[in-house]
Amino acid sequence: MIDLSLSDRYIYNYHKVEGFSLKQKYQARIYVTLRPSVLDPAGTAVQSGLAHMGYTDVESVRIGKYIEVSLSATDETEAHKQLDVMCDQLFANPVIENYRVELGDGS
Amino acid sequence: MAQPLSQLPTPNSQLIVKFGIIVFPGSNCDRDVVYVTRDLLGQPTRTIWHEETDLDDVDVVVVPGGFSYGDYLRCGAIARFSPIMKAVVAHAKQGKYVLGICNGFQVLTEAGLLPGALVRNRDMHFICDRVPLHVESTDSIWTQGYNNTEISLPIAHGEGCYHADPETLDRLEANGQVLFRYAGTNPNGSLNNIAGICNETKNVIGMMPHPERAADPLLGRADGLQLFKNLI
Repeated sequence: MIDLSLSDRYIYNYHKVEGFSLKQKYQARIYVTLRPSVLDPAGTAVQSGLAHMGYTDVESVRIGKYIEVSLSATDETEAHKQLDVMCDQLFANPVIENYRVELGDGS
Repeated sequence: MAQPLSQLPTPNSQLIVKFGIIVFPGSNCDRDVVYVTRDLLGQPTRTIWHEETDLDDVDVVVVPGGFSYGDYLRCGAIARFSPIMKAVVAHAKQGKYVLGICNGFQVLTEAGLLPGALVRNRDMHFICDRVPLHVESTDSIWTQGYNNTEISLPIAHGEGCYHADPETLDRLEANGQVLFRYAGTNPNGSLNNIAGICNETKNVIGMMPHPERAADPLLGRADGLQLFKNLI
């Protein structure tokens, strides 16, 4: 039997073919931003709020999304691969948005 | 949620066309479409819960308006992965008819069945209004019966600003894929005043205006009815 208390950093994952494989926990930080060619009326509205606060030197405000994802994967490359698909298909719409993924240790 | 196909008499039509209206959590225009296709046009119609996977009994799929999945993340982004969408994509790829209205248009762009995307209205407001539209082309099943090039339909959206890259816009214009254009003041900032487009093969249409909300003469102008009649 495996002593799961040895490390909470690993998840023991049983596969019929491969036997036991190790997966590591990762914490991903995903930044989704509007492409420069897309107007951001929300950002413009916030900028006008800033102007009312007195910050008239603000040149532009662009509002995006920040998403945190906890996941487990065999290695960093595999985690990035999965996250890129998630971003391309769900977190961001490539027609109007760009994204950036930062991967950190999730343990 | 699913209703059996109703076989109401269809006195005026030569053909029985079966309509399927997709219902996502948060859809709210599904029953208005059912009223048009079943009650006004007498065609067999059933609502299809988004967890269903089979569309084989349906001729025309309608993806209705509303706020699928609360518009979380992006309008239509999560609905696009509902189980039924695989069947909707397959239906479209077979050349069969798919109509996306408002949120349905957003879902179809997210699913890649139509080019471009719908983003936040230029002036930030949610717009609920009746707007003049120009029928750009009658060379599609959706618009063939429109003799008046100028019609009026209701709009109700916060994210209806059509966006696409310049190459896509050129292609849409060159292929005659822009079917409806805002005729008066551009309400939401849509590029090229686009209100509705179809795919290259013209079997899939997406439009922000609501034809189903302007289909019963009892409620005023019924410019939207022709779009549904065209299918029968």
